Amino acid sequence: MAGTGGSDRMHAFAKQRIPSLVSNEPLVKISDLNFTYDRRPILTGINMTIPRGKVVAIMGQSGCGKTTTLRLIGGQLKPSQGEVRFDGQAMHELDTDGLYAVRRRMGMLFQFGALFTDISVFDNVAFQMREHTNLPENMIRDLVLLKLNAVGLRGAQNLMPSELSGGMARRVALARAIALDPLLMMYDEPFTGLDPITMGIIGQLIRKLNDALGGSSIIVTHDVQESLQIVDYVYFMADGKVVAEGTPDEIRASDKAYVHQFVWGEMDGPVPFQYPSAPYREQIYGAAHA
Amino acid sequence: MLDSAISALRGLGTRVTSRIWRLGFASRFLLATLLYSGTSFRRFFLTIREIYFTGVLSLIIILVSGLFVGMVLGLQGYDTLQRYGSSEALGILVALSLVRELGPVVSALLFASRAGSAITAEIGLMKATEQLSAMEMMAVNPIARVVAPRFWAGVISMPLLAALFSAMGIFGGYLVGVQLIGVDEGSFWSQMQASVDFREDIVNGVIKSVVFGIIVSWIAVFEGYDSEPTAEGVSGATTRTVVTSSLAILAADFILTAFMFRGA
Repeated sequence: MAGTGGSDRMHAFAKQRIPSLVSNEPLVKISDLNFTYDRRPILTGINMTIPRGKVVAIMGQSGCGKTTTLRLIGGQLKPSQGEVRFDGQAMHELDTDGLYAVRRRMGMLFQFGALFTDISVFDNVAFQMREHTNLPENMIRDLVLLKLNAVGLRGAQNLMPSELSGGMARRVALARAIALDPLLMMYDEPFTGLDPITMGIIGQLIRKLNDALGGSSIIVTHDVQESLQIVDYVYFMADGKVVAEGTPDEIRASDKAYVHQFVWGEMDGPVPFQYPSAPYREQIYGAAHA
Repeated sequence: MLDSAISALRGLGTRVTSRIWRLGFASRFLLATLLYSGTSFRRFFLTIREIYFTGVLSLIIILVSGLFVGMVLGLQGYDTLQRYGSSEALGILVALSLVRELGPVVSALLFASRAGSAITAEIGLMKATEQLSAMEMMAVNPIARVVAPRFWAGVISMPLLAALFSAMGIFGGYLVGVQLIGVDEGSFWSQMQASVDFREDIVNGVIKSVVFGIIVSWIAVFEGYDSEPTAEGVSGATTRTVVTSSLAILAADFILTAFMFRGA
């Protein structure tokens, strides 16, 4: 009986995965998405498509709505208008159980890793396997070592998160995020605070893991040069809207003022250097002398 | 003048409604904690681990405090009782004071300071470092996995700690009253045995400590979960846990005592 149950589960799992892999539909489709928080519009009219097998970057200044978009894709927030579809399912229509079922096919790397600080590296990576599968402990051990080997940290399995450097913590978090071989990987600022070598390692891992897993990846970042080397497509956001999009070559060659300023790190431009304030002369000398 | 009065009144109204709203939110949070408590019992090792952190690691402060409170009770009780020539009743005074009141109340206050604040800080920091968000994105409910085991660990630990506090207190009273001052040992224990009623005194004391355990654990997990994800937010939530728990314990103690010991 136990064997039959396991076989049924395997069939259900296969049915769930196979159409996802062979479908021509984009894995994530965002249509006319608006999001308002506390009556303040955060996102307005967002349209994005994340094709299967591709790595897509969402770029923009801090506070432009990138991470909010990621949270809407993950179903942690609900849109005020419009919809986010993941593998054909509208995220906002799902109840808690449905949402959790969908999230088992997603992985997310948080900005600073968000490792569970009270358990070891090994247990962090094993966390989802223990929570969501009935795999025996020896198989979990093998899988964890495989995942840690993929990020080059098999030897760090017994360390605690507090003993890891920032880059190592990010790699362990990456191993944890791919524990169940997700269809969609989401990276929230994966390059923040890393040295150039570690940044390169993380970038290459993102690309290689995406190709190996056959899924899709979304990278939310403002690290332009590192991202343009590994992504297939870029969306640029400003003030909660998509202001430009294209392949890395199109973005590099773009003559749009905002994109140009962002890509080449110019000090002044559509994004002003000065925070909005009263005229300089007026503030220094007083209104009478202005 | 009128404007400032209206403004003050409006400010007061806003504060009152926001407090009521927060109480409602805390109640819904407690309901969710109870609803998602299945994991805490199905995978009891999660709760056992938290019992170790909240209960076992609180033992030192509980036992030492219990001992000193009992010793002080022995000194003060003897001083008062011997004026009326009834110093042999010291055992009753020490035992009833501890089992009915001081055991549950003082151990709950200590528990709120030692374990409640730690629970709030831990959950608050987990929120600030996005560990709770990460758990949600891994399709694991943080209320079931993080909050409920800590809540039940507090509820289970509290009566055990209160019992240990009372036992140590009685031992402290014995040390001072019998060994140091010289009250008759037989009278000390026999009068205590004859006067302390299991149902009226001990069970009521246990009920009190269970209620205090629920109050402290509820406030601690809620404040942690609801804290602002910043250093100031976590520090403020930790302070609120200790202050709110302490006030709630004292208020609940008065209400429970009024119902339990009427005319006793």
